[in-house]
Amino acid sequence: MTEIHVPPLLDGVEPVQSVRTPIRMEYTFTPGVAAQTYLREFGNKKILGNVSPVDGAILVPPRGADPRHGVLCEEFVEMPHTGHVGSYCVTNVPIPGRELDLPYISAWIFLDGADVGFLNLVAECPPEECRIGMRVEAVWKPDEEIATTAENILYWKPSGGPDIPFEEAGVRSWHARKKGGSNA
Amino acid sequence: MRKVAIVAAASRQETKMLDTEVEMMIPLISEVKDKTGLDQTDIGFTCSGSSDFLAGQAFSFVMTLDAVGPVPPISESHVEMDGAWALYEAWVKFQMGVIDTALVYSYGKPSPGSLQDVLSTQLDPYYVAPLWPDAHAVAGLQARSLLEQGVVTAELLADCALRTGTVDSREEYFSQPMLSDPLREADCPTYADGGVAVILASEEKAEELCEKPAWITGIDHRIDAHQFGVRDLTTVPSARIAAQKAGVHDGPIDVAELHAAYTTHDFLLRKEMGLPEIPTHSQRSYPIKADTLMASGLLRIAEAARGIWEGEANRSLAHATAGPLLQQNLVCVLSGERN
Repeated sequence: MTEIHVPPLLDGVEPVQSVRTPIRMEYTFTPGVAAQTYLREFGNKKILGNVSPVDGAILVPPRGADPRHGVLCEEFVEMPHTGHVGSYCVTNVPIPGRELDLPYISAWIFLDGADVGFLNLVAECPPEECRIGMRVEAVWKPDEEIATTAENILYWKPSGGPDIPFEEAGVRSWHARKKGGSNA
Repeated sequence: MRKVAIVAAASRQETKMLDTEVEMMIPLISEVKDKTGLDQTDIGFTCSGSSDFLAGQAFSFVMTLDAVGPVPPISESHVEMDGAWALYEAWVKFQMGVIDTALVYSYGKPSPGSLQDVLSTQLDPYYVAPLWPDAHAVAGLQARSLLEQGVVTAELLADCALRTGTVDSREEYFSQPMLSDPLREADCPTYADGGVAVILASEEKAEELCEKPAWITGIDHRIDAHQFGVRDLTTVPSARIAAQKAGVHDGPIDVAELHAAYTTHDFLLRKEMGLPEIPTHSQRSYPIKADTLMASGLLRIAEAARGIWEGEANRSLAHATAGPLLQQNLVCVLSGERN
């Protein structure tokens, strides 16, 4: 290490080990056209998807773009509140800042008719019974707590009925229907 | 050196944009692809410039790739700098001989946050940034040095503001109260949200894609010290050297697009680059009206290219700057002639 010479005045003074310079910046986030439309309707307990102008793929939640092709998606479609588990993960260790009871299930939920999934919780289901293809339905917050926020749906619970066959579950359904064309 | 040309450009600037970065960039990127007839699979390299500090989000540029269509997977890179430096990275790829076309874009949306705070965070984190000096105050330090050493006069700054169109007369300039003494409002930039996209092509490809390609005959970037204390703020050696290396002085310049946000910067850049103190009658050159951090530099290059495409210039100059007080400077010379 380089030897550092300090003025005699500072001889024997405790060296500075770290400097703390707190930075705080505030932003007024603008969600954009698609997210705004989605959140407003989500506040009315409606789930919207975007329709790709290229191949009709339905993207939930809408981001205003089909990222496969770099094109704007301006068409919205209302989605059912039922779907299936495309894949899932069981968390057994606590994560700082997360107040969920262990173990809990994170899953990719594929709404009926949607071509992509999104992350949400699955509950009212013992982890050992969760499986790819299992049918689920949304459990919403009480009506008086519904707002324009992604937290409106508390979790998804098993809805019964026959499973989606494994080979058609999740994003595989896209390949099965050849909707994605060469970009699938 | 392999010849590289700018063959298409599209841009948008607005004071406050409610679209997301993706919603803003898709129409621009689509426009340059349409102009050249290229789709994403034809493009050899994609490079962008933006800042997470503006977006208020880590890895924000990854989200913006939704605007490109990176499926099947593309060769891509990003700089946390103005898009002019993304263009430089693409130019280096051309020199390596591995690509024939490139998409370069950049964007900035200062409106959601406090730009003055964002700009403070680029300063020395131990001694300067914790004091949160705002950008106009830092620019004021430089302006005071210039005025009191007699390098520039208030009258010259007034004329510069007049050229920009922020005031209608010298009298109006001098009647403005000081904003960041000795700088008046007309000396300082306003800010806007915006984005820009350009397509570059090699000598083998450019003429297929564009009737009159804007050839890059020289490009260079240099950096001055980050610490204000070791800089003479009345000079910008990095801009002077970049201009020399880019060959600014090899011929007449018809259009000079300078990324000069302050009147003092316009004056300093002209001096360092050997341009006339006041643009000649035949030369188009104004300080910029609204600064869009991360996009203004690439926008200058796009405007200099437009000068070539529209027959206004045979030879044009574009300049980009980054960092505090013209710390980093990139100079690009464009020509309608390939050789």
